[in-house]
Amino acid sequence: MFKSFIAGILLGIAVVGGVLYYYPAVDQFRERSLVVVRPNQDSTESFHINVPMDRILIGAPGQQEPLPAGLQWPDDEELAGTRAELFKIRNGKDAVVGVASRIAASHTDTGDVIEWVLHLPARGSVYMTMQPEATDAGYRIGELATGTREFSLLHGPVTERWIAGTSKSEDAPAGRIEITMSFVAKELEEI
Amino acid sequence: MKYLISLLVGMALGATAFLALLYFNPLTLQNKLSPLSVTENELITLHYSAVATDTLIYTNDGESQVAPHPTKVLQLWEQPIRKTAALATVLRDGRNQVAGIGLKISSDSESTNILNGEAIVDSVWHIYLPGRGSLFIEQQENYWTYLRKVVGPAYWSSADNWRGIWNGNLTSGPGALGTSRVVGGSGEFAELDSIGVESLLAKAYSVEQGPVALSAELLIEIPRRDALAAMPDP
Repeated sequence: MFKSFIAGILLGIAVVGGVLYYYPAVDQFRERSLVVVRPNQDSTESFHINVPMDRILIGAPGQQEPLPAGLQWPDDEELAGTRAELFKIRNGKDAVVGVASRIAASHTDTGDVIEWVLHLPARGSVYMTMQPEATDAGYRIGELATGTREFSLLHGPVTERWIAGTSKSEDAPAGRIEITMSFVAKELEEI
Repeated sequence: MKYLISLLVGMALGATAFLALLYFNPLTLQNKLSPLSVTENELITLHYSAVATDTLIYTNDGESQVAPHPTKVLQLWEQPIRKTAALATVLRDGRNQVAGIGLKISSDSESTNILNGEAIVDSVWHIYLPGRGSLFIEQQENYWTYLRKVVGPAYWSSADNWRGIWNGNLTSGPGALGTSRVVGGSGEFAELDSIGVESLLAKAYSVEQGPVALSAELLIEIPRRDALAAMPDP
Protein backbone atom coordinates (compact mmCIF):
# COMPACT_ATOMS: atom_id res chain seq x y z
CA MET A 1 0.00 0.00 0.00
CA PHE A 2 2.89 2.36 0.82
CA LYS A 3 4.43 1.63 -2.57
CA SER A 4 1.19 2.48 -4.38
CA PHE A 5 0.98 5.70 -2.32
CA ILE A 6 4.53 6.68 -3.43
CA ALA A 7 3.70 5.70 -7.00
CA GLY A 8 0.59 7.90 -6.75
CA ILE A 9 2.68 10.91 -5.65
CA LEU A 10 5.05 10.45 -8.57
CA LEU A 11 2.14 9.93 -10.96
CA GLY A 12 0.43 13.10 -9.67
CA ILE A 13 3.60 15.12 -10.23
CA ALA A 14 4.01 13.63 -13.70
CA VAL A 15 0.39 14.30 -14.69
CA VAL A 16 0.39 17.96 -13.55
CA GLY A 17 3.84 18.55 -15.05
CA GLY A 18 2.77 16.95 -18.32
CA VAL A 19 -0.44 18.96 -18.53
CA LEU A 20 1.37 22.24 -17.82
CA TYR A 21 4.09 21.39 -20.31
CA TYR A 22 1.94 20.24 -23.20
CA TYR A 23 -1.29 22.22 -22.74
CA PRO A 24 -0.79 25.89 -23.67
CA ALA A 25 -1.88 28.27 -20.91
CA VAL A 26 -2.82 30.84 -23.56
CA ASP A 27 -4.01 30.01 -27.05
CA GLN A 28 -4.94 33.08 -29.08
CA PHE A 29 -7.65 32.65 -31.70
CA ARG A 30 -6.30 33.14 -35.21
CA GLU A 31 -8.06 34.47 -38.27
CA ARG A 32 -6.34 33.46 -41.49
CA SER A 33 -3.84 36.08 -42.75
CA LEU A 34 -5.10 37.49 -46.05
CA VAL A 35 -1.78 38.42 -47.63
CA VAL A 36 -1.63 39.01 -51.38
CA VAL A 37 1.75 38.10 -52.86
CA ARG A 38 2.46 39.99 -56.08
CA PRO A 39 4.86 38.13 -58.42
CA ASN A 40 8.36 39.66 -58.35
CA GLN A 41 7.07 42.46 -56.16
CA ASP A 42 6.13 42.95 -52.56
CA SER A 43 3.26 41.46 -50.57
CA THR A 44 0.25 43.48 -49.48
CA GLU A 45 -2.22 43.11 -46.65
CA SER A 46 -5.21 45.35 -46.04
CA PHE A 47 -7.13 46.13 -42.90
CA HIS A 48 -10.12 48.37 -42.43
CA ILE A 49 -12.17 50.06 -39.75
CA ASN A 50 -15.92 50.41 -40.11
CA VAL A 51 -16.93 53.86 -38.95
CA PRO A 52 -18.58 54.52 -36.58
CA MET A 53 -19.12 51.01 -35.14
CA ASP A 54 -15.44 50.12 -34.66
CA ARG A 55 -14.53 53.33 -32.89
CA ILE A 56 -13.55 52.80 -29.24
CA LEU A 57 -12.17 56.24 -28.40
CA ILE A 58 -11.98 59.69 -29.90
CA GLY A 59 -9.82 61.69 -27.54
CA ALA A 60 -9.67 65.33 -28.49
CA PRO A 61 -10.33 68.59 -26.69
CA GLY A 62 -13.70 70.36 -26.92
CA GLN A 63 -15.90 67.51 -28.20
CA GLN A 64 -19.66 68.08 -28.02
CA GLU A 65 -20.40 64.36 -27.75
CA PRO A 66 -17.37 62.50 -26.37
CA LEU A 67 -16.76 58.92 -27.43
CA PRO A 68 -17.21 56.83 -25.35
CA ALA A 69 -19.99 58.57 -23.46
CA GLY A 70 -18.65 59.62 -20.09
CA LEU A 71 -15.11 60.23 -21.36
CA GLN A 72 -13.46 63.10 -19.51
CA TRP A 73 -10.71 64.24 -21.84
CA PRO A 74 -8.15 66.39 -19.98
CA ASP A 75 -8.61 70.10 -20.53
CA ASP A 76 -4.87 70.72 -20.46
CA GLU A 77 -3.17 73.31 -22.64
CA GLU A 78 -0.33 70.88 -23.27
CA LEU A 79 -2.69 68.48 -25.07
CA ALA A 80 -4.56 71.11 -27.08
CA GLY A 81 -3.32 69.92 -30.48
CA THR A 82 -3.44 66.20 -29.76
CA ARG A 83 -6.06 63.73 -30.99
CA ALA A 84 -5.85 60.10 -29.88
CA GLU A 85 -8.11 57.36 -31.19
CA LEU A 86 -8.64 53.66 -30.60
CA PHE A 87 -10.38 51.32 -33.02
CA LYS A 88 -11.11 47.70 -33.68
CA ILE A 89 -9.54 46.62 -36.96
CA ARG A 90 -10.88 44.12 -39.47
CA ASN A 91 -9.32 41.98 -42.18
CA GLY A 92 -10.46 41.59 -45.78
CA LYS A 93 -13.27 39.25 -44.70
CA ASP A 94 -14.66 41.92 -42.35
CA ALA A 95 -13.67 39.90 -39.27
CA VAL A 96 -12.27 41.77 -36.28
CA VAL A 97 -8.63 40.76 -35.91
CA GLY A 98 -7.08 43.39 -33.65
CA VAL A 99 -7.03 46.80 -32.04
CA ALA A 100 -5.45 49.94 -33.49
CA SER A 101 -4.42 53.29 -32.10
CA ARG A 102 -4.03 56.49 -34.09
CA ILE A 103 -2.42 59.68 -32.92
CA ALA A 104 -2.73 62.91 -34.87
CA ALA A 105 -1.00 65.91 -33.36
CA SER A 106 0.18 69.33 -34.31
CA HIS A 107 2.82 71.27 -32.42
CA THR A 108 5.22 74.05 -33.33
CA ASP A 109 8.23 72.01 -32.16
CA THR A 110 7.38 68.62 -33.64
CA GLY A 111 5.27 69.66 -36.63
CA ASP A 112 2.31 67.58 -37.73
CA VAL A 113 2.33 63.95 -36.60
CA ILE A 114 0.05 61.17 -37.80
CA GLU A 115 0.80 57.63 -36.67
CA TRP A 116 -0.82 54.24 -36.35
CA VAL A 117 -0.16 51.21 -34.19
CA LEU A 118 -1.94 48.03 -35.24
CA HIS A 119 -1.99 45.24 -32.65
CA LEU A 120 -3.01 41.77 -33.78
CA PRO A 121 -2.88 39.54 -30.67
CA ALA A 122 -2.03 36.31 -32.46
CA ARG A 123 0.52 37.86 -34.83
CA GLY A 124 2.24 40.96 -33.46
CA SER A 125 2.13 44.72 -33.81
CA VAL A 126 2.98 47.28 -36.45
CA TYR A 127 4.08 50.90 -35.97
CA MET A 128 3.37 53.16 -38.96
CA THR A 129 4.37 56.78 -39.39
CA MET A 130 2.38 58.72 -42.00
CA GLN A 131 3.06 61.85 -44.01
CA PRO A 132 0.70 64.56 -42.73
CA GLU A 133 -0.37 65.70 -46.20
CA ALA A 134 -2.69 63.47 -48.24
CA THR A 135 -1.97 62.90 -51.93
CA ASP A 136 -4.25 64.30 -54.66
CA ALA A 137 -5.79 60.84 -54.98
CA GLY A 138 -7.01 61.03 -51.38
CA TYR A 139 -4.40 58.70 -49.91
CA ARG A 140 -2.08 59.38 -47.05
CA ILE A 141 1.25 57.61 -47.51
CA GLY A 142 3.54 56.44 -44.77
CA GLU A 143 5.97 53.71 -43.87
CA LEU A 144 6.09 50.64 -41.70
CA ALA A 145 8.54 52.00 -39.16
CA THR A 146 8.88 48.83 -37.13
CA GLY A 147 7.00 45.72 -36.13
CA THR A 148 6.99 42.98 -33.55
CA ARG A 149 6.94 39.18 -33.81
CA GLU A 150 5.52 38.25 -37.24
CA PHE A 151 6.07 41.81 -38.51
CA SER A 152 9.52 42.35 -36.99
CA LEU A 153 11.46 41.67 -40.20
CA LEU A 154 9.14 43.52 -42.57
CA HIS A 155 9.54 46.94 -44.11
CA GLY A 156 7.68 48.93 -46.71
CA PRO A 157 5.17 51.65 -47.53
CA VAL A 158 1.67 51.90 -46.10
CA THR A 159 -1.37 53.89 -47.15
CA GLU A 160 -4.38 55.20 -45.29
CA ARG A 161 -7.56 56.35 -46.99
CA TRP A 162 -11.18 57.10 -46.23
CA ILE A 163 -13.82 55.31 -48.31
CA ALA A 164 -17.33 56.69 -47.92
CA GLY A 165 -20.11 54.12 -47.54
CA THR A 166 -22.59 53.69 -50.38
CA SER A 167 -25.25 51.58 -48.67
CA LYS A 168 -28.41 53.39 -47.57
CA SER A 169 -29.20 50.80 -44.90
CA GLU A 170 -29.43 52.21 -41.36
CA ASP A 171 -27.05 49.57 -40.04
CA ALA A 172 -24.44 50.14 -42.72
CA PRO A 173 -21.26 52.00 -41.81
CA ALA A 174 -20.90 55.63 -42.86
CA GLY A 175 -17.62 54.62 -44.38
CA ARG A 176 -14.39 52.92 -43.63
CA ILE A 177 -10.75 53.71 -43.06
CA GLU A 178 -8.61 51.41 -45.16
CA ILE A 179 -4.99 50.71 -44.27
CA THR A 180 -2.88 48.84 -46.78
CA MET A 181 0.62 47.61 -46.00
CA SER A 182 3.02 46.69 -48.82
CA PHE A 183 5.99 44.92 -47.37
CA VAL A 184 9.11 42.97 -48.10
CA ALA A 185 11.51 41.36 -45.66
CA LYS A 186 14.32 43.73 -44.69
CA GLU A 187 16.93 41.18 -45.81
CA LEU A 188 15.40 40.98 -49.29
CA GLU A 189 15.32 44.76 -49.56
CA GLU A 190 19.04 44.92 -48.78
CA ILE A 191 19.76 42.38 -51.56
CA MET B 1 -9.35 -1.36 -3.28
CA LYS B 2 -7.05 0.03 -0.60
CA TYR B 3 -4.22 0.12 -3.15
CA LEU B 4 -6.34 2.15 -5.50
CA ILE B 5 -7.32 4.58 -2.74
CA SER B 6 -3.70 5.02 -1.63
CA LEU B 7 -2.71 5.58 -5.29
CA LEU B 8 -5.40 8.25 -5.71
CA VAL B 9 -4.52 9.94 -2.40
CA GLY B 10 -0.86 9.87 -3.43
CA MET B 11 -1.74 11.40 -6.81
CA ALA B 12 -3.70 14.21 -5.17
CA LEU B 13 -0.85 14.86 -2.77
CA GLY B 14 1.77 14.78 -5.53
CA ALA B 15 -0.23 17.15 -7.74
CA THR B 16 -0.82 19.54 -4.84
CA ALA B 17 2.83 19.43 -3.78
CA PHE B 18 3.95 20.10 -7.35
CA LEU B 19 1.60 23.07 -7.75
CA ALA B 20 2.66 24.43 -4.35
CA LEU B 21 6.31 24.13 -5.36
CA LEU B 22 5.60 26.04 -8.57
CA TYR B 23 3.74 28.76 -6.69
CA PHE B 24 6.27 29.20 -3.89
CA ASN B 25 9.39 28.62 -5.99
CA PRO B 26 11.69 31.51 -4.99
CA LEU B 27 13.75 31.06 -8.16
CA THR B 28 10.89 32.35 -10.31
CA LEU B 29 10.64 35.70 -8.52
CA GLN B 30 11.81 38.60 -10.64
CA ASN B 31 14.70 40.87 -9.86
CA LYS B 32 13.53 44.22 -8.55
CA LEU B 33 16.58 46.07 -9.80
CA SER B 34 16.03 47.83 -13.11
CA PRO B 35 18.90 47.58 -15.59
CA LEU B 36 18.32 51.29 -16.27
CA SER B 37 19.24 52.21 -12.71
CA VAL B 38 22.92 52.17 -13.64
CA THR B 39 22.70 54.01 -16.94
CA GLU B 40 24.57 57.25 -17.54
CA ASN B 41 22.15 58.32 -20.27
CA GLU B 42 19.15 60.61 -19.91
CA LEU B 43 16.04 58.87 -18.63
CA ILE B 44 12.49 59.92 -19.40
CA THR B 45 10.20 59.09 -16.49
CA LEU B 46 6.47 58.84 -17.13
CA HIS B 47 3.89 58.01 -14.47
CA TYR B 48 0.27 56.95 -14.68
CA SER B 49 -2.32 55.35 -12.45
CA ALA B 50 -2.96 51.74 -13.47
CA VAL B 51 -6.38 51.67 -11.80
CA ALA B 52 -8.98 51.38 -14.56
CA THR B 53 -11.24 54.13 -13.20
CA ASP B 54 -8.31 56.58 -13.15
CA THR B 55 -7.58 56.12 -16.85
CA LEU B 56 -9.29 58.02 -19.66
CA ILE B 57 -10.65 54.74 -20.95
CA TYR B 58 -10.00 51.09 -20.18
CA THR B 59 -11.63 48.30 -22.12
CA ASN B 60 -11.44 44.51 -22.28
CA ASP B 61 -13.85 41.65 -23.01
CA GLY B 62 -16.28 42.94 -20.39
CA GLU B 63 -16.21 39.67 -18.44
CA SER B 64 -12.82 40.04 -16.79
CA GLN B 65 -12.34 41.02 -13.17
CA VAL B 66 -11.51 44.64 -13.98
CA ALA B 67 -14.59 46.35 -15.41
CA PRO B 68 -14.28 48.59 -18.48
CA HIS B 69 -14.27 52.34 -17.87
CA PRO B 70 -16.36 54.34 -18.61
CA THR B 71 -19.17 51.81 -18.56
CA LYS B 72 -20.35 52.58 -22.10
CA VAL B 73 -16.98 52.03 -23.75
CA LEU B 74 -16.95 49.54 -26.65
CA GLN B 75 -15.85 46.14 -25.37
CA LEU B 76 -13.40 43.76 -27.03
CA TRP B 77 -15.68 40.71 -27.13
CA GLU B 78 -14.76 39.30 -30.56
CA GLN B 79 -12.84 36.03 -30.36
CA PRO B 80 -9.46 37.22 -31.78
CA ILE B 81 -9.32 40.14 -29.32
CA ARG B 82 -11.07 38.59 -26.31
CA LYS B 83 -7.77 38.22 -24.41
CA THR B 84 -6.81 41.82 -25.15
CA ALA B 85 -7.15 45.01 -23.13
CA ALA B 86 -6.65 48.62 -24.21
CA LEU B 87 -6.28 51.79 -22.22
CA ALA B 88 -5.70 55.47 -22.83
CA THR B 89 -4.17 57.53 -20.10
CA VAL B 90 -2.53 60.84 -19.31
CA LEU B 91 1.18 60.40 -18.70
CA ARG B 92 2.85 62.63 -16.10
CA ASP B 93 6.49 63.50 -15.69
CA GLY B 94 8.60 63.31 -12.54
CA ARG B 95 7.15 66.62 -11.30
CA ASN B 96 3.60 65.29 -11.78
CA GLN B 97 2.98 67.65 -14.70
CA VAL B 98 1.07 66.45 -17.77
CA ALA B 99 3.72 65.13 -20.18
CA GLY B 100 1.56 63.52 -22.85
CA ILE B 101 -0.89 60.85 -23.85
CA GLY B 102 -0.28 57.11 -23.82
CA LEU B 103 -2.28 54.34 -25.47
CA LYS B 104 -1.49 50.82 -24.30
CA ILE B 105 -2.74 47.63 -25.94
CA SER B 106 -1.98 44.32 -24.19
CA SER B 107 -2.74 40.69 -24.95
CA ASP B 108 -2.17 37.48 -23.05
CA SER B 109 0.92 35.94 -24.57
CA GLU B 110 1.24 32.43 -25.94
CA SER B 111 4.73 32.37 -24.45
CA THR B 112 3.17 32.14 -20.98
CA ASN B 113 4.77 29.19 -19.19
CA ILE B 114 3.56 28.40 -15.68
CA LEU B 115 6.36 25.85 -15.17
CA ASN B 116 8.92 28.65 -15.48
CA GLY B 117 6.91 31.18 -13.50
CA GLU B 118 6.06 33.22 -16.58
CA ALA B 119 2.63 34.86 -16.82
CA ILE B 120 3.44 36.86 -19.94
CA VAL B 121 1.52 39.70 -21.53
CA ASP B 122 2.56 41.11 -24.92
CA SER B 123 1.97 44.84 -24.87
CA VAL B 124 2.65 47.91 -26.96
CA TRP B 125 2.61 51.58 -26.00
CA HIS B 126 1.85 54.37 -28.43
CA ILE B 127 2.96 57.60 -26.77
CA TYR B 128 2.89 61.23 -27.80
CA LEU B 129 4.65 63.88 -25.74
CA PRO B 130 3.66 67.34 -27.06
CA GLY B 131 6.69 69.39 -27.99
CA ARG B 132 8.99 66.37 -27.88
CA GLY B 133 7.63 63.68 -30.22
CA SER B 134 6.19 60.20 -30.37
CA LEU B 135 7.35 56.80 -29.22
CA PHE B 136 6.46 53.17 -29.78
CA ILE B 137 7.29 50.66 -27.06
CA GLU B 138 7.20 46.91 -27.50
CA GLN B 139 7.47 44.78 -24.39
CA GLN B 140 6.72 41.49 -22.77
CA GLU B 141 5.50 41.85 -19.22
CA ASN B 142 5.75 39.08 -16.67
CA TYR B 143 2.96 39.35 -14.07
CA TRP B 144 3.96 36.21 -12.14
CA THR B 145 5.54 38.03 -9.18
CA TYR B 146 2.64 40.52 -9.06
CA LEU B 147 0.16 37.60 -9.04
CA ARG B 148 2.10 35.87 -6.27
CA LYS B 149 2.75 38.87 -4.06
CA VAL B 150 -0.46 40.88 -4.52
CA VAL B 151 -3.31 39.00 -6.21
CA GLY B 152 -2.78 35.63 -4.49
CA PRO B 153 -2.65 37.05 -0.95
CA ALA B 154 -5.82 39.07 -1.68
CA TYR B 155 -7.69 35.86 -2.52
CA TRP B 156 -6.31 34.12 0.57
CA SER B 157 -7.27 37.00 2.84
CA SER B 158 -10.54 36.55 4.74
CA ALA B 159 -11.34 40.18 3.88
CA ASP B 160 -10.85 39.46 0.17
CA ASN B 161 -8.32 42.23 -0.22
CA TRP B 162 -4.62 43.00 0.08
CA ARG B 163 -2.92 46.07 1.48
CA GLY B 164 0.77 46.73 1.60
CA ILE B 165 3.54 47.96 -0.66
CA TRP B 166 4.82 45.95 -3.58
CA ASN B 167 7.13 47.50 -6.12
CA GLY B 168 8.49 45.51 -9.05
CA ASN B 169 9.47 45.56 -12.69
CA LEU B 170 6.97 44.12 -15.13
CA THR B 171 9.09 44.26 -18.26
CA SER B 172 10.79 40.97 -19.00
CA GLY B 173 11.65 41.37 -22.69
CA PRO B 174 12.33 41.40 -25.54
CA GLY B 175 15.68 42.83 -24.35
CA ALA B 176 18.04 40.26 -22.85
CA LEU B 177 18.30 42.23 -19.60
CA GLY B 178 14.53 42.44 -19.18
CA THR B 179 14.04 45.66 -21.10
CA SER B 180 11.49 46.80 -23.64
CA ARG B 181 12.32 48.03 -27.14
CA VAL B 182 11.63 51.72 -27.71
CA VAL B 183 11.39 53.17 -31.24
CA GLY B 184 11.02 56.87 -31.87
CA GLY B 185 8.63 58.18 -34.49
CA SER B 186 8.82 61.94 -34.63
CA GLY B 187 10.28 65.11 -33.15
CA GLU B 188 13.38 64.70 -31.03
CA PHE B 189 12.72 60.95 -30.87
CA ALA B 190 12.88 60.41 -34.65
CA GLU B 191 15.35 57.60 -35.46
CA LEU B 192 15.54 56.69 -31.76
CA ASP B 193 16.18 53.02 -31.00
CA SER B 194 16.44 52.50 -27.29
CA ILE B 195 15.26 50.51 -24.30
CA GLY B 196 12.84 51.02 -21.43
CA VAL B 197 11.35 49.41 -18.35
CA GLU B 198 7.83 49.53 -16.89
CA SER B 199 7.31 48.99 -13.17
CA LEU B 200 4.33 48.83 -10.82
CA LEU B 201 3.79 50.14 -7.31
CA ALA B 202 0.83 48.32 -5.73
CA LYS B 203 -0.69 49.44 -2.43
CA ALA B 204 -4.16 47.91 -2.40
CA TYR B 205 -5.99 45.16 -4.27
CA SER B 206 -9.57 43.97 -3.96
CA VAL B 207 -10.86 40.61 -5.16
CA GLU B 208 -14.11 42.30 -6.17
CA GLN B 209 -12.72 45.32 -8.05
CA GLY B 210 -9.15 44.37 -8.94
CA PRO B 211 -6.42 46.97 -8.38
CA VAL B 212 -7.50 49.74 -5.99
CA ALA B 213 -4.23 51.64 -5.54
CA LEU B 214 -1.79 50.84 -8.32
CA SER B 215 0.58 53.26 -10.02
CA ALA B 216 2.97 52.55 -12.85
CA GLU B 217 6.17 54.10 -14.08
CA LEU B 218 7.72 53.99 -17.53
CA LEU B 219 11.45 54.58 -17.73
CA ILE B 220 12.85 55.28 -21.18
CA GLU B 221 16.55 55.63 -21.88
CA ILE B 222 17.59 58.35 -24.31
CA PRO B 223 21.14 57.65 -25.49
CA ARG B 224 23.42 60.68 -25.65
CA ARG B 225 24.00 61.86 -29.21
CA ASP B 226 27.77 62.24 -28.63
CA ALA B 227 27.94 58.66 -27.30
CA LEU B 228 26.15 57.40 -30.41
CA ALA B 229 28.48 59.35 -32.70
CA ALA B 230 31.56 57.93 -30.96
CA MET B 231 30.29 54.35 -31.29
CA PRO B 232 32.24 52.43 -33.99
CA ASP B 233 30.24 51.19 -36.94
CA PRO B 234 30.25 47.36 -36.91
